[in-house]
Amino acid sequence: MELCSFLTLDSFITDPLTHGFMRKALLMSSLVAAVCGFLSSYLTLKGWALMGDAVSHSVMPGVVVAYALGLPFSLGAFIFGVGSVALIGFIKQKSRVKEDTVIGLVFTGFFALGIVLVSKIKSNIDLHSILFGSPLGISLSDVKQTIFISLLVVILLSIFRKDLMLYCFDPRHAKTVGINVFFLHYLLLTCLSLAAVVGLQSVGIILVVAMLITPGATAYLLTDEFDNMTIISVLSAIISSLIGIYISFWFDLETGGSIVLAQTFIFLFAFLFAPRYGIFKLKKFFAGYK
Amino acid sequence: MESINYQNFRIDAENICVDYNGKVALYDANLRLKPGQICGLVGMNGAGKTTFFNALTGFVNISKGKIRINGESVRSAQKDQTIAYVPQSEGIDSEFPINVWDVVMMGRYGSMNIFRCPRESDVQAVKDAIERVDLTDHLSTPIGNLSGGQRKRTFLARAIAQRASILLLDEPFSGVDIRTEKLISELFIQFKNEGKTILLSTHDMIHVREFCDLVLLINKTVVAYGETSEVFTPENITTTFGGISPDFLFGPES
Repeated sequence: MELCSFLTLDSFITDPLTHGFMRKALLMSSLVAAVCGFLSSYLTLKGWALMGDAVSHSVMPGVVVAYALGLPFSLGAFIFGVGSVALIGFIKQKSRVKEDTVIGLVFTGFFALGIVLVSKIKSNIDLHSILFGSPLGISLSDVKQTIFISLLVVILLSIFRKDLMLYCFDPRHAKTVGINVFFLHYLLLTCLSLAAVVGLQSVGIILVVAMLITPGATAYLLTDEFDNMTIISVLSAIISSLIGIYISFWFDLETGGSIVLAQTFIFLFAFLFAPRYGIFKLKKFFAGYK
Repeated sequence: MESINYQNFRIDAENICVDYNGKVALYDANLRLKPGQICGLVGMNGAGKTTFFNALTGFVNISKGKIRINGESVRSAQKDQTIAYVPQSEGIDSEFPINVWDVVMMGRYGSMNIFRCPRESDVQAVKDAIERVDLTDHLSTPIGNLSGGQRKRTFLARAIAQRASILLLDEPFSGVDIRTEKLISELFIQFKNEGKTILLSTHDMIHVREFCDLVLLINKTVVAYGETSEVFTPENITTTFGGISPDFLFGPES
């Protein structure tokens, strides 16, 4: 790789910043990562990984329809995201089919509908950028939408931070002391849909679930405090985004894939070396030398 | 027929039924408890003990019947922090990243503002509660690092911090050490003297004889209910446990 021969660490970091599209990509992806990372601690503790996968795939037809009609794509995505969850709940309640099966069949159905719609609706929809993300080619209107949605999710999560934690931990107690569990359930689902919508711009529909679960899983291995878990989750998500974008810039790799791979590597690192919960339990290792 | 003053009863459940998607979990169940009474809820797994608790806390809706808590609806009991629920050990995720202090503070959430910012009085209530269950040395210990008994005491402290007048305890003695068992039984006596009403489910027949004024034997519906000395007979227990002899449950000595 001829790049590497003259590359210093300094220029590795600063050179890409001379490009406007790179500055925008770095900023936007960090914002999206922070939002998804924030939500991630709740989803991993609640055990909603599959739900995250379902919602993020189900937004596909919404995105296509919104593009075709010239509406903000986040609106279409949101409607189909929440719709898929409602449908999952409805089928689960009205049939004997098990929940994970219902989730699997609903989201693949929505996803397939999206793909069929793309092939039928003649427009300039770029299937590739929906499926795999295009943080380097994000438009100005998309930037505005992303900032708006991100702020909305962060504000909602911040206000109901403790209630949502209680809801994930012990919904029965929440109900007993008069906290509206029904509201919290749908609040979390709404935030999930919104986060999926902004996340798909960075890494695309197929990989957005990684943004929603990997940072939380990494943080879960590193701490026993909920607040620390949220902070670690957000930081690891942001760092992964930055690393992914830089790597993809210099080595000409798919950006979305690079971001998710960076997250996966950080998770693996925690999995192996986390002080208390890693395979090698570094805490014990160092304690042996005291 | 003499008229009943419902205010006298802490818990008044009348002919309640609960079903999950058409499957009946509990039917025609009645229960009346006054302040200062301790009642044991005894039945097999799947007999509807947890369902009974869920109905009283409002976690599931009843399909028939009526529940009054201090003469009011379950909804207003929730708002008033009247009922505290102490889950059984399997009912909670012990790997959840949360420490003792924060769990006990959750007992105060219902009476805090929307951001759940603890006031001075909340902090004091939590401190006192943790002291009463003897966990002051473990304030910032994650619940995953506690023993089964310490974890049980943590949730008991949450109920104390809530200052509820009714305590529902799901298997309070299962999987706890001798020290915790002793501490919980001492607390029960204190709660009784404070006029709290306690409903506890248990598998352990000895505990029923030891603490419970009243006993409610259930198997999808009420098999028998009344003073422990009268109702807790081998015949009734055998019926409750579907024909298994009490010798098998108590051991031959008792």
